[in-house]
Amino acid sequence: MTEDSKFTSKRMSRRRVLATAGVGALVAASPFRINLAMAQEPTIKIGFPVPLTGPYGTEAQDQVRAAEVAIAEFNEGGGLNGRKAELLVRDDKLNPGEAATRTLELVEKEKVNFIVGSLSAAVQLAVNNVTKQRGIIFNSISQSDTINEVSDFSKFTFHEALNPHMTAGAVGRYAFPKFGKKVAFLTADYAYGHEMVRGFQEAGKAFGVETVTDVRHPIGTTDFSALLPRIQALKPDILCISNFGRDQQIALKQATDFGMKKSMKIVAPILLYTGRVAAGAQAFDGVVGGTSYYWGIEDKVASAKAFNDRFRKMHGGKVPSDYGALGYGGVKTLLMGARAAGSLDADKVIAAVEALKYDYYKGPQYYRKCDHQSVQSVFIIESKANPQKGDADVFNVISTDEPNEANLRTCEALGHKN
Amino acid sequence: MIDIAPTIAASSSRSYNWFDLAKRHRVLLASIFVLIFPFVMPFTALAVNILIYGLYALGFNLLFGYLGLLSFGHAALFGTGAYLCGIAIVHFGLPWYAAIAIGVLSALVMATLIGSLAIRTRGIYFAMVTMALAQCVYYIFYQAVDWTGGENGLRGINVRAINLFGLHFDFINPLVRYYVVASFVILAFFVLSRILASPFGAVIEAVRENEARARASGYNVVATRLMTFILSGGFCGLAGSLAALHLSIVPIEILHYETSGMVVMMALLGGMGTFFGPFVGAAVFLLLENLVSLWTVHWQLVVGGVFVVCVLFFPEGIWGTILKRIKP
Amino acid sequence: MSGLSFDLIALQLFTGLALGAIYVLFAIGLSLIFGMLTVVNFAHGAFYMVGAYAGLFLVSMGGNFWICLVGVPLLVGTFGMIVERFLVRPLYGRGIDYPLLLTFGLSYIMIELIRIAFGTSGYPFDTPELLQGAVDIGVGYFPLYRLFVIGATAVVLIGLWLFLERTSFGLVIRAGARDPQIVRVLGVDVSRVWLIVFGIGTAIAGFAGLLAAPLQGVIPEMGATILAEAFVVTVVGGMGSIGGAVLAGLLVGVVVSMSSLFAPEMAKVSIFALMAIVLLIRPQGFFGRAGLMS
Repeated sequence: MTEDSKFTSKRMSRRRVLATAGVGALVAASPFRINLAMAQEPTIKIGFPVPLTGPYGTEAQDQVRAAEVAIAEFNEGGGLNGRKAELLVRDDKLNPGEAATRTLELVEKEKVNFIVGSLSAAVQLAVNNVTKQRGIIFNSISQSDTINEVSDFSKFTFHEALNPHMTAGAVGRYAFPKFGKKVAFLTADYAYGHEMVRGFQEAGKAFGVETVTDVRHPIGTTDFSALLPRIQALKPDILCISNFGRDQQIALKQATDFGMKKSMKIVAPILLYTGRVAAGAQAFDGVVGGTSYYWGIEDKVASAKAFNDRFRKMHGGKVPSDYGALGYGGVKTLLMGARAAGSLDADKVIAAVEALKYDYYKGPQYYRKCDHQSVQSVFIIESKANPQKGDADVFNVISTDEPNEANLRTCEALGHKN
Repeated sequence: MIDIAPTIAASSSRSYNWFDLAKRHRVLLASIFVLIFPFVMPFTALAVNILIYGLYALGFNLLFGYLGLLSFGHAALFGTGAYLCGIAIVHFGLPWYAAIAIGVLSALVMATLIGSLAIRTRGIYFAMVTMALAQCVYYIFYQAVDWTGGENGLRGINVRAINLFGLHFDFINPLVRYYVVASFVILAFFVLSRILASPFGAVIEAVRENEARARASGYNVVATRLMTFILSGGFCGLAGSLAALHLSIVPIEILHYETSGMVVMMALLGGMGTFFGPFVGAAVFLLLENLVSLWTVHWQLVVGGVFVVCVLFFPEGIWGTILKRIKP
Repeated sequence: MSGLSFDLIALQLFTGLALGAIYVLFAIGLSLIFGMLTVVNFAHGAFYMVGAYAGLFLVSMGGNFWICLVGVPLLVGTFGMIVERFLVRPLYGRGIDYPLLLTFGLSYIMIELIRIAFGTSGYPFDTPELLQGAVDIGVGYFPLYRLFVIGATAVVLIGLWLFLERTSFGLVIRAGARDPQIVRVLGVDVSRVWLIVFGIGTAIAGFAGLLAAPLQGVIPEMGATILAEAFVVTVVGGMGSIGGAVLAGLLVGVVVSMSSLFAPEMAKVSIFALMAIVLLIRPQGFFGRAGLMS
């Protein structure tokens, strides 16, 4: 990510720059620069709050890289009747309060046209609350069921990412017939964890699955050793690790140490590319999970090949991660919607995005009308024991759960009328 | 607060009068400063945050700077105010002014509860008991998902308009939001200034300076401490309520011990025991974090460095050092 | 609750002890530094994290886990002494708030420097080959590495005890904690004692970080959670008391482990509730001196 595209603020007035000059050197070094190209038509501004600092900094930086790909493609394609797009990246620090403040800045001061971003569930809900009050379209690339529900949803809310109901459901449909009916859960005790369990259990009904235990742990647990013996004692066929990120890495590592993989199959709704790289092959060995995107699908999916190639070219041969690809999809859909609408007017863009049938990077997708959830495929992946094609070669795609509205929670269940 | 600056240039005998005059009218001077403040800030939402955290630090300083008790649990008071104000609006549909009143009241109640348990301990143990009790408060709010949203935070504190004496203000407008918050903060300045100038204010400082002597003079030390803790809670609760209205959400992080730690840092950075020090500390802390994080993802390095330098070379805090320099 | 048996409870107890062992190591350093220097070391978690990264670094340089067990405490302890000499020492006599604020700022710097040097996303840390797998301890299978952690903690504790109780330098340290003024009058260079105490405290924190690395992997933020919990341990045990830190560390480990068996939603709050109760009944903790720092 280059400094230029990262934080450009073209409407910074001269007076305000002078006023803040008391902070001296800081401002001199800061990104507030006066752009001389003001005469041109103003750019389309997309605010992009992501947690650049903190434990998900790696994912966030990849989200920025992928979003830049979408911006570059849009601008090369002529923009919106010649109007170029630009990305305004902000660090939400994984804190909803900071995210809300940053969103206010983007909306009130930078006058952004759209907001795309967020990584944690709480942050996306905070951003969404700010944008929906002010009529700004927000495309969330964080996973959560809550944002689809009627109390948080507004017509300005779009959800490009998967949600736990979809991923857990897809993994369940793959795993239950293959590995057995006695299922144990190890669940992070918060909304996101509970949503995953609900997703597994909904999918499990069709297979007559029996839940032997649902062990809850607080989010941010660093030692699961107190919980694992209990699960082991119940001898389940499948252990569903229903947590995320660092919790998942440690849980898998310790489950491996306790020898649990010998007696049961371990599955997780979401396996993160970055998480797998950080925790190593041993902890993830044999674990089956879901993902919204893995670069390895490029052999089968043409749009993935094109996206990967462009990403490699722009970012020194790197491949995009799952969360990165969401950054691309989130920005791309809104820009293409704006182009289809021929306008930046919120209502026209909403109608255009609702009408999109798109295949930008992972196969066919569209937004469901009632909750603006992107209906899309879920890839079932398994961690490779021995990567062959370099460090990035960490997963095998073993199945694809095709896009199907029946796999989503119904509009009625979410509280929507129609 | 900025208007004291001319005294540096003035001659020493005149500057004494200037200083005294400025001190007597500190609330007025601060009010003028608060009025122009949003125009010198990078963006208005940050200016509002600085007001809110400044007020939070001011309330904390009443206990820490004036009474000399280091609390590591003030997030519980700030957060209780925020949550109860938010719950009043989201779950009960109360108007904004009633919600603020409930936020402040609930913080007072929470301060009474925590305070009456904690004031029995002293020194570092007081800090630790307040931290432990605040953690318990954190988990109570965390578990009460139906009321607070749990990990997801409380959303939907949507105040669109403020109607006052027949006047209609658009609360979505950033400057309106700023001045609504600012008027509460100025009110708090005034109340705090009155408290400190009152006989009770003198007792607070007497207890800090020499507890045994204060007791011998017939003052009830325990009651003074508890009362100060509760008053401090009221200011923090007001700050919390304003935070809820400003961001229209209450994140669970507001109750985290980092929020308690942050206010200690703000007070020390600005200068504990001075009237505006904590406010200056909050402003510098947030502004620094904001500007540096725009410039580099390694903002924590710079913020940490500033702390270390301040501790080593400006032990009285930024405002404390300035006051010392210009004081005749 | 299904599947609850005597064996499971016994196993859970053992798990709690292993968990507590890390708390103990972390908390003795904290307690030692506080007891002798009256410094509340907010950077202790950062030293713990640096210990894990130092181990990672030594392994990448061709070392193995056993070399790390010696090398990491030396590296981290040396670093701790540098910090004491140049940053903490100027603050003695200025009250408890200043070292607290300084170490708080320092922890920011240390974490960020590690992020710059090693990246934000963390690394796996393999359990040494010899200690992989689980052994039957009578009530069920228990990971070998966790037994090793309990053993290593015991060794460090015995070593520290012998050092403090049986050497003349240990005598000076204990005297210095009680009354630095008198010790100085007797012609002992107190600042050198404090330097070494800070070094030992941080070295043990680094050692704890290394021991924790194969359990959880290594990330820059790993010290933050344990710091809050370790404060609970030191306070419950009594600030400045090493025996108290040991007892309270094990107690906290067992409380966490047992509450996650019986009431998992209470696991996190249980230790803070424990702390609040202990302090309200006995404000100075188990073994703390009353009136300290008041």
